[in-house]
Amino acid sequence: MNADWGGLRERRPAVPGRDITALLVGFARTLRHAGVEATPDRVPALLAAADALGAGTVQGVYWAGRLTLCGSRDDLAVYDAAFAGYFGGATPGRLPGIAPQLTLPRPSAPFAGPDASEQADAPDAVLAMDASPAEVLRQRDLAALTAAERDEVRRLVALLAPAAAPRPSRRYRPGRRGDVDPSRSVRLLLRHGGEPTRLAYRRRRVRPRRLVLLLDVSGSMSPYADALLRFGHAAVRRHPTRTEVFTLGTRLTRISRALQYRDPDVALRAAGSAIADWHGGTRLAESLKAFLDRYGQRGMARGAVVVLCSDGWERGDPAQLAGQLARLSLLAYRLVWVNPHRGKPGFAPLAGGMAAALPYLDDFVAGHSLAALEELVQVIAHA
Amino acid sequence: MSDGPLDSPASLSQALADAGYLADAPLATAGYLARRLGRPLFLEGDAGVGKTAFAQALATATGAHFVRLQCYEGLDASQALYDWDFPRQILHLRAVEAAALAGGDRPDREELEASLYDRRFLLARPLLQALERNPCVLLVDEIDRADDEFEAFLLEVLSDYAITIPELGRIAAEHPPLTVLTSNRTRDVHDALKRRCLYHWVEHPSFEREVAILRARLPEVTERLAAEVAGATRRMRELDLIKPPGVAESLDWAGALAALGARALDPELAAATLGAVLKYREDADRVRNTGMAALLGG
Repeated sequence: MNADWGGLRERRPAVPGRDITALLVGFARTLRHAGVEATPDRVPALLAAADALGAGTVQGVYWAGRLTLCGSRDDLAVYDAAFAGYFGGATPGRLPGIAPQLTLPRPSAPFAGPDASEQADAPDAVLAMDASPAEVLRQRDLAALTAAERDEVRRLVALLAPAAAPRPSRRYRPGRRGDVDPSRSVRLLLRHGGEPTRLAYRRRRVRPRRLVLLLDVSGSMSPYADALLRFGHAAVRRHPTRTEVFTLGTRLTRISRALQYRDPDVALRAAGSAIADWHGGTRLAESLKAFLDRYGQRGMARGAVVVLCSDGWERGDPAQLAGQLARLSLLAYRLVWVNPHRGKPGFAPLAGGMAAALPYLDDFVAGHSLAALEELVQVIAHA
Repeated sequence: MSDGPLDSPASLSQALADAGYLADAPLATAGYLARRLGRPLFLEGDAGVGKTAFAQALATATGAHFVRLQCYEGLDASQALYDWDFPRQILHLRAVEAAALAGGDRPDREELEASLYDRRFLLARPLLQALERNPCVLLVDEIDRADDEFEAFLLEVLSDYAITIPELGRIAAEHPPLTVLTSNRTRDVHDALKRRCLYHWVEHPSFEREVAILRARLPEVTERLAAEVAGATRRMRELDLIKPPGVAESLDWAGALAALGARALDPELAAATLGAVLKYREDADRVRNTGMAALLGG
């Protein structure tokens, strides 16, 4: 056992000649800039912990900071990097076996769709004559919008309020009918000196199911990514604690937290800086597996409405994708696939991944236009 | 709380070892700090890695009572905190009435009411038990299974370690219980709750530690069998399974093998007892395809 405590007892000053409190406060601030939620109210705990473990040792400072400033497993890799950068040298607590994915912030968020110049020939003048402009816009493919139309669609998407279908919860509320509520009935009885007067009833409350959105942000989906992320933002705003949004591409990124900002543009910028694999390739099966291993199997997908937005262009083996979808469909209450190409004339689900996926889906919808997204809201709500 | 012999992470680690739990240095440090700073400890980690057992061992090591609150959806105050024992209250009421009839005088209304809401009719649920017992280790297990209303409620109890019962008044803990929260990360626990806690991610143990755990928990397992079981589960964890085996599973497996009288692990025995360590058919198939001999390091 002694070997474990090697570094903890040796009195080596982390950085000699500087006030330790200022040093630690500065470290917390560095960590905050690196993206860990090391809020100032955690700093007193950091100081107390560093004091308890010996602020003079690298080990003591490392563990004091890690235990008090981190809040999730994803923070640990960032913490290690920040610790090494701030105090210099290797991190003492580098444990073998951790391989968290470090998503480095990216300076810009490439949200622009296709250039407006490419759109000159797109609007269909004949159709526009006999339908209202709003109606035309609703039906237009999101990949072929002018800049002004895109702004209007963004505004309308923000008004959607997707929420998953309700389910009966384990909690009760007082009701006029329903089951007899024993504890309230007895309370009534006590109030009348033990004389039975009338019975109290209770009903089950209903709660929305968890909604999990898995958005493909690979290159082939890029014309739709902006609208789908905005759809995700609308869903998170509706039920922040019951909605989870992930992006899939070559890796899995959880963006539920970033999307909690009220303003859609701020939220999308925050999400964009978290996503490292914009417009890259698709490794759908692998990202799905990462989702199931790290989140889904543990309970996030259980009983949830899971919506997978992808065109099904799978680089890997379709059989692998089928295997992961089989797992997902066993966990989820309902599995919905959104494929923007479905709305196009002559579409047949022939892309390797799509064909393999079909047997496991409960719903297969388009999601290529505003109208299709409205339909998706209905599918989710009545799943 | 920093008094007594447990004045360093190393001595807490030793006390945990005496209680049958071999904690690694980071986990012992986390436990020590939680005790020293009086903060709840928030543990996350793969299933079966020993989070719940840690809390139990902590109670044994520090000589404290152990109170466990298993969370589930719909958990509310009457199941987590306290409830009034209505049947006994009614019996009491009837008894007072009967006595009054026999004696001929009417009982005083206010006195009767006060006696109805006496402490003896209060059923203490885990959180109240943890406040009343001293010293105490409180385990709030799988907090992510409870709903967010409960989290807010727990936050209130954990912030001042006191509760107010309208009929009785405020009940405060003399010494705050040492609180351990565990989560499997099925949903994000609210930041306000995490902020109050020390956070630690529990890793799978190293090979040497796992052998030591098997030997300590199951004295009937031979040194060789323990090493082979630890080696095989280690290789299974690298196989990319749906549910990689945790320490709990390797303990089950070693126990099953020992029950069959095995002194060493061979491919036939391993195949016959695979159900003790792998709980998915796909995982078992995968391990069989990899080959039992390869699993045993042959």
